[in-house]
Amino acid sequence: MEHEGVAADIHAYLDDQLEPAQVASIQEHLRSCPACTELYERQRAMNSVVRQHAHYHTAPRHLARSIRSTLRAHAELERPRRRVAWGWFASGAAFACAVTLTVSLTLFQIDPRGAAPGLDRELVEAHVRSLMVNHLTDVLSSDQHTVKPWFNGKLAMSPPVVDLAAEGYPLIGGRLDYLDQRAVVALVYRRAAHPINLFIWPETGSAAPRSEARQGYNVLRWTQGGMTYAAVSDLNLGELQDFQKLVARAAPASG
Amino acid sequence: MTEQARVRRFEQVALPHLDAAYNLARWLTRNDADAEDVVQEAFLRAFKFFDGFRGGSERAWLLTIVRHTCFSWLQQNRPSEVVAGYDLEVAAELDPAALDPTFRAPSGADPEIALMHQADEDLLNEMIATLPPQFREVVILRELEDLSYKEIAEIAAIPIGTVMSRLARARKALQRAWLERRTQEARHGA
Repeated sequence: MEHEGVAADIHAYLDDQLEPAQVASIQEHLRSCPACTELYERQRAMNSVVRQHAHYHTAPRHLARSIRSTLRAHAELERPRRRVAWGWFASGAAFACAVTLTVSLTLFQIDPRGAAPGLDRELVEAHVRSLMVNHLTDVLSSDQHTVKPWFNGKLAMSPPVVDLAAEGYPLIGGRLDYLDQRAVVALVYRRAAHPINLFIWPETGSAAPRSEARQGYNVLRWTQGGMTYAAVSDLNLGELQDFQKLVARAAPASG
Repeated sequence: MTEQARVRRFEQVALPHLDAAYNLARWLTRNDADAEDVVQEAFLRAFKFFDGFRGGSERAWLLTIVRHTCFSWLQQNRPSEVVAGYDLEVAAELDPAALDPTFRAPSGADPEIALMHQADEDLLNEMIATLPPQFREVVILRELEDLSYKEIAEIAAIPIGTVMSRLARARKALQRAWLERRTQEARHGA
């Protein structure tokens, strides 16, 4: 075998990826060629430097936890849909229809302001969807002065964008989302590995924060300064409440 | 299988390879937070495609999805890096001398090649990090995951010949940078 052939195959030889016949022919050449042997030895030494000293990045411990909880939430979201479909066939359409109607009417009577319980579910679904489809942010920036103008012209309102990096909740970016039949602002913050979606839309009046736990996610919803805010995250409720207080303090109190 | 059982089964298959997934994503994104995002997303994708997994190497299957997610991310967030890698490959094919494999070190440097100072370790990692992503990934999959050429070809969706040429070019580039550094050190008596 000539030099060129050896030079081309030296890596496959080093990596033990050659057929026995090719190995034999390279070895034979190396025995009689000091130049190729030098090439081989130098590359072998370099490979071992890389293997020994290139950094192996092991996953941070919280990542497995956060993957588990995302998967479970995803599974939870899948489950009720299937059950509803089965119940429909099993019990007969008319009966189910009547029951559903009664249930929704009852629910609306409890909370007639349109803040239906379905909204929390929608919020959680929007949150999970944003994590699933590589669509956490449309504008990716930790700078509130980049994120806020991005919404100009996309919405009839200008959302309050506050920077909470110093408090341990860095801003990641923002996007438009669609909730409760309207376009809303979604700001994305992060606490350690936990993304927080902060949905914002205009609404009059004021309402104290109320929390709801759903499928492993916490939802905190309140109204102030002409806007309703809803924070959704797999973060524990305590830390999400801290986040809520920080936002409430920094955002305009009256619209 | 209930959805919960499916989650458990998936976790048994995929979570043992979380480090391999994170290592690849971390080397390709070069950033902790982005690597975490990409791995999260890749695991969700893998879970969705789990029913299509027909056995074989679980690690290679998962890494294929992680790799794909990484490159989608790169294309979206750092398109110039990806383009630079392909440009380099095309340039090398048009002019093989541009990445001449017979680069000669100053004689006498060889015995020291494997001797490392602490500062060199940082340099080596920096050198790997500056390779274009297409070249970086074959180095990581080969040297850190010890995968075969065939497995790397499947993960990166390229022919085995391309695995070999990218690996050869990446190693040459590393060796050249490394030896240049050595020569500089020798000159300055470091």
